[in-house]
Amino acid sequence: MATGAAGGGSASMDTYREARNWLLMPAWVTLAILVLVPVAMMLIYSFLTKEFRGGVIWEFSLAAYDQFFLDRGLFGDEPARIEWTYITIFWRSIWQAATATVLSLAIGFPTAYFIATRPARMRPIWVFLVTIPYWVNLLIRTVSMKFLLRDQGTLNDFLIAMGLIDTPLVIVNTNIGVQIGLFYSYLPFMVLPIYAAVERYNFTLSEAAADLYASRTTTLTRVILPAVKPGVLAGCILVFVPSLGSFLAPDLLGGARNFMIGSLIEEQFKGNAGNWPFGAAASMILLTLVLMLLLLFARQQVKAGKTAG
Amino acid sequence: MSDNERIAVDVRDVVKRYDDFTALRSISLSIADNEYFTLLGPSGCGKTTLLRMIAGFEHVTEGTISLFGDDLENLPPNKRPVNTVFQNYALFPHMTVLENVAFGVEMNGESKTIARQRAGEMLELVQLSQFLARKPNQLSGGQQQRVALARALAPRPKVLLLDEPLSALDLKLRKAMQLELKHLQRETGITFIFVTHDQEEALTMSDRLAVMSAGEIQQLGAPTDIYERPHNMFVADFIGETNLLEVSVDRIAGGRAVCHLRGGHEVICPAVDGIGPGSKVHMSIRPERLWMSKSPEESLSFCGCVKENIFVGTDITTLVVLDDGPDFIVRTSNSDRGNRRLFESGSEVVVNMEPGAARLLAD
Repeated sequence: MATGAAGGGSASMDTYREARNWLLMPAWVTLAILVLVPVAMMLIYSFLTKEFRGGVIWEFSLAAYDQFFLDRGLFGDEPARIEWTYITIFWRSIWQAATATVLSLAIGFPTAYFIATRPARMRPIWVFLVTIPYWVNLLIRTVSMKFLLRDQGTLNDFLIAMGLIDTPLVIVNTNIGVQIGLFYSYLPFMVLPIYAAVERYNFTLSEAAADLYASRTTTLTRVILPAVKPGVLAGCILVFVPSLGSFLAPDLLGGARNFMIGSLIEEQFKGNAGNWPFGAAASMILLTLVLMLLLLFARQQVKAGKTAG
Repeated sequence: MSDNERIAVDVRDVVKRYDDFTALRSISLSIADNEYFTLLGPSGCGKTTLLRMIAGFEHVTEGTISLFGDDLENLPPNKRPVNTVFQNYALFPHMTVLENVAFGVEMNGESKTIARQRAGEMLELVQLSQFLARKPNQLSGGQQQRVALARALAPRPKVLLLDEPLSALDLKLRKAMQLELKHLQRETGITFIFVTHDQEEALTMSDRLAVMSAGEIQQLGAPTDIYERPHNMFVADFIGETNLLEVSVDRIAGGRAVCHLRGGHEVICPAVDGIGPGSKVHMSIRPERLWMSKSPEESLSFCGCVKENIFVGTDITTLVVLDDGPDFIVRTSNSDRGNRRLFESGSEVVVNMEPGAARLLAD
């Protein structure tokens, strides 16, 4: 099947070889304006000198990266040591994003599986229901989440009224608050690709596994999951990457102690206190990190593809 | 099937209902150990539903299915010592051929080493040893079919269920696989329950078969029984080609029924229970039991005119319009001997019928 598709592709390429470059122009121009130019600007800004009221002075400087990685004391005259503050923030962000991704997967996979196994005419309705909350602005949803989760919020009132707890659970301003916020923000990005994969899954394979004495759990781990793996990985990337750079959920649900990269970068560009080159440098480091992760993933996919032929 | 043989699968008064649709209405049949049994019928007749109930994929609404005397009740499929060859093979795409075949053995509680060893043996049996490291999508349809077969046989099932496994193969490969399946069944001694809508396949391979239609068994018996002595219109029409003629039964004497065709011809054929004098029923005459000639050669013959000769390779099918009655299909083998009995279209001919070729059918 793969060779057939490739053959078809090359045939059409031959037919349109002349026109291809022109036809692709709009796409290239859009990509250049929306992706390449901003990234290039960020890259350049990260190597410039900061202006104290925000903005930059056009003078080459490594100060931003220096500030990120090295600690030279309060007055900058001590021997350089590794600066842990920002690396810790990065590490915390990765941890928060990863937890949110795992949480999304745990809830998203059964949801997607449930939707994909409904009768064909019901599936669009379920997908629609999953996406409805996401028509509301992310900020409003995150603020609402705070109202739900805070000490005197609906969740705690409910749990206390039910007699399950005596004192309110502290969720807001903790790591868990951020994780729940991120999980809720990006859950559909987990559900939808997995749904698409499970819908394409041939359920006769599950029957075959059961016929060959596999239990339900074994069928899930040895047959269903490998078959829908591309969808699961896509969902994980789509949740992990935006979670990593997110600042709404950490700001509103995490408080000052649970600072994440997104908030760090955001602050550098806000008001007069900002440091544009430093914000740009942090963005570039984040971008590099994400690209490296994606490259690793892509290479692994290619390897898996090769063995699958 | 004699009584002293062990019964592998016993289906008793099984009913399958989906909401307001009845897929199977009270099916009963016994399949002997070592038997090659076929469920034959058009699509939608319930044959696959019955197979899926034996496999455990469908719940039984009423009745019981037992395997070597043990009631299967509604045991899940992974607890039943039966394996299935699926219509579209359902090979695990992410596993190699060897892993596919070893899967069932491993799940059955054997170690990985033993499972792989057994899988290797099975692949040798289906002559695919050189492909064990490949993925299913790197194999041809016929090879995938053999992998599916090896996978289902590897855990040594007591009964093998085959759900139209050959339907996706081209004719030549299908014929080869039919023989291979038959040999495999003899070698392994496993009971095969085979589902197909292809009557030729069913006749070729089965020890016995059940012809099904509309959720009921129409007739159960050996291939020759079913072909030569169809019980009713459906079976006669579904199995092979036949001439179905309206007849009225005049009288019955000494196990013989004297009937009249529409044109007044008298035909004598074996009496059938439930068809008494005065009934208007159908009669089946197989086209290969008829032959054409210039003048009558048999006591029972009809005059007519050749309308068309249709060449079908091994045979030539001739459509004859009788002077005073229905149309006949006559089959002549494509051989020197047969060709002497062929006539140009438009020729006046006599159609002769072998004595005993006619069978009365219940509706």
